[in-house]
Amino acid sequence: MTTPITTVSGYDRVDPADSPSRELTISGARKTFVTPEKTHVNAIDDVSFTIEQGEFFVMLGPSGCGKTTLLRSIAGLDTLDSGEIRLGGRRIDQLAPHARPVNTVFQSYALFPHLTIAENIAFGLEMEKRPKAEVQQRVTEMLELVQLQEMAGRKPAQLSGGQQQRVALARALAKQPEVLLLDEPLAALDLKLRRGMQSELKRLQRTTGITFVFVTHDQEEALSMGDRIAVFNQGRPEQIGTPEEIYEKPVSRFVADFIGETNFLETAATRVGSGDGERLVVTLPGGDPVTLPKAVPTPDGTVTLTIRPERIRLSPGGERFASGRVSKLVYMGTDLRCTVQLADGAELAVRVPPPFDPGVRPDAEVSLYAEAQAIRPLTPEPQER
Amino acid sequence: MAAQLDDRTGVNLTPVTPKSRQLKQPGRFPWPWVTPALIIAALFTLGPLVIIVVFSFMSRPPQGGGVIYEFTLEPYVNFLFQTDFLGNTTFDPRYLSVFGDSLLQGAITTIVCLVLAFPIALWIATRSEKLQNVLVLLITIPFWTNLLVRTYAWMLILNDNGIVNTGVQALGMPKLELLYTPLASQLGLIYTFLPFMVLPIYASLAGFDFRLAEAAYDLGARKSTVVRRIILPMATPGIVSGILLVFMPAFGSYVQPVLLGGGKVLLIGNLIASQFGDSRNWPFGAALSVIILIMLMISLIAIALYSRKSGKKVEISI
Repeated sequence: MTTPITTVSGYDRVDPADSPSRELTISGARKTFVTPEKTHVNAIDDVSFTIEQGEFFVMLGPSGCGKTTLLRSIAGLDTLDSGEIRLGGRRIDQLAPHARPVNTVFQSYALFPHLTIAENIAFGLEMEKRPKAEVQQRVTEMLELVQLQEMAGRKPAQLSGGQQQRVALARALAKQPEVLLLDEPLAALDLKLRRGMQSELKRLQRTTGITFVFVTHDQEEALSMGDRIAVFNQGRPEQIGTPEEIYEKPVSRFVADFIGETNFLETAATRVGSGDGERLVVTLPGGDPVTLPKAVPTPDGTVTLTIRPERIRLSPGGERFASGRVSKLVYMGTDLRCTVQLADGAELAVRVPPPFDPGVRPDAEVSLYAEAQAIRPLTPEPQER
Repeated sequence: MAAQLDDRTGVNLTPVTPKSRQLKQPGRFPWPWVTPALIIAALFTLGPLVIIVVFSFMSRPPQGGGVIYEFTLEPYVNFLFQTDFLGNTTFDPRYLSVFGDSLLQGAITTIVCLVLAFPIALWIATRSEKLQNVLVLLITIPFWTNLLVRTYAWMLILNDNGIVNTGVQALGMPKLELLYTPLASQLGLIYTFLPFMVLPIYASLAGFDFRLAEAAYDLGARKSTVVRRIILPMATPGIVSGILLVFMPAFGSYVQPVLLGGGKVLLIGNLIASQFGDSRNWPFGAALSVIILIMLMISLIAIALYSRKSGKKVEISI
């Protein structure tokens, strides 16, 4: 039924096309904690989504948003109050951790300090009572995969942080899990090492074909690594989508604010058309009326717009949506960071790419242009949750 | 070359700069300052030991206690051989059997304490930090009163009209003979030394990162496997020091066998005590002490060798 594919690393994987779909489905997941002040906090608040097989799925959010709790629930280290977790149709949320075809790379690595690197990697295989020769071979393969062959006999304390990280990865991958869970695995590494490990992880995910569920609070990491990203806020994903969707088409103020730098503008809006063709038209100070790409509810006749600083141009092109006065100008080498104040006092950050126009000076009057697609209306936040 | 570069973790490296050229580290205590304390410590720890060793090679005076300063190996010979009135020297296993009884008693105490202490220590170590402190305090409460007083309390519990027998009688069963039996002596020993086993094991587990247990579960281990493969190896230093702390005093125990065991079984502790007391054979008593000392030294060396070989740190401390 399944055909092993021998890869460069000698790591045999199952061709996704060969096996039935083994997607990870979370439905109606809920978990509540009680704080020392006796108030209830929904760590996971009615969460449902599906992670496709072989996907690099990133759960992104600030600390305390429930992403780690959800990850631990998938691993079986925490239990849900209600809801189901299914892997390829089989319900796994009631199985013991050792019975789930899922392995975790912990933030603290959690390497066994009394065992050597090779013994650490072999641990999971020994638990499966695999023959000694097979364990031996697999450990060798894994050490090769993470390029730590020379370290086999060392204890974890004799390794650097990055090396320990790779051992933790090899240990979890050695069991050939269907899903690999990674709980902020790069948080303890310095920036340069982290960059290296990011591409390393991506490479491993591609060669092994294993579904990766990666938890992080670093938006750059999420954008650069994820096939899809779920942005978590207060126990539930606010938006799930590809990095481009999340960045270019944020659905809420939280998502737009959490990912990258952006501008928010409150303005009055009028509705045109009806049904699917319904659109919002907004007019900003000193600009032409702009028809927005999609409609959102406007409870009190106003709408919040978001626009990325790098999508605003000072030279003609697209809609001339506003004009104002340059209030601040910072030269950054790769771009000019410009703050433009509109007539109503609102300030917009603009990034001007080179070549720089000498006309752009503090106190200069400028017109702002952008594609209508880049101006996104945001769904108003519910007043109460 | 790549391997060498990989090795630059700073963990396995020592500076090339000679010790003398390194800057003095602040907070180091220069040794002349501690000389007086060292002398006193030496007098009080080594002094009695030297006297015991010297006495064990001296002759016994014709009457009374003490020694006369004439070198002899007789005390050591007497341990294994008996000379009768006719001057025939024959092998005499009686003292050896006293040794054996003491060894057995020490071993039982150690094993029972270990079996009881490991779950207790693990349980304490997995509680919240606040509760841990309270529980450790509770474990140490027996140390607040004198051992003799506590042993007398056990006599009150175990005697013919004690709590146990009153309870047994209330249930309509015949009285049990508890006090002045080997069982009572054994119970007293286990009671006395249990904290000495719990505390070092707890200490070795207190710093244990229970996320390691989680990682083991995640890798497919069951509860029993986690205890055996992860927690037990971590607790080994504590277990070894617990065994030392329990076995050594239990082996030479004196109070419990006399007060609770009624002195019916002769143990090495009582034997030594009687040599310095009733029997007035100081050199023989000293020789017995030296024999115990050598045995313990051998086992300590064995443990030290083990700890060096396995790279585990074994500390005899609480």
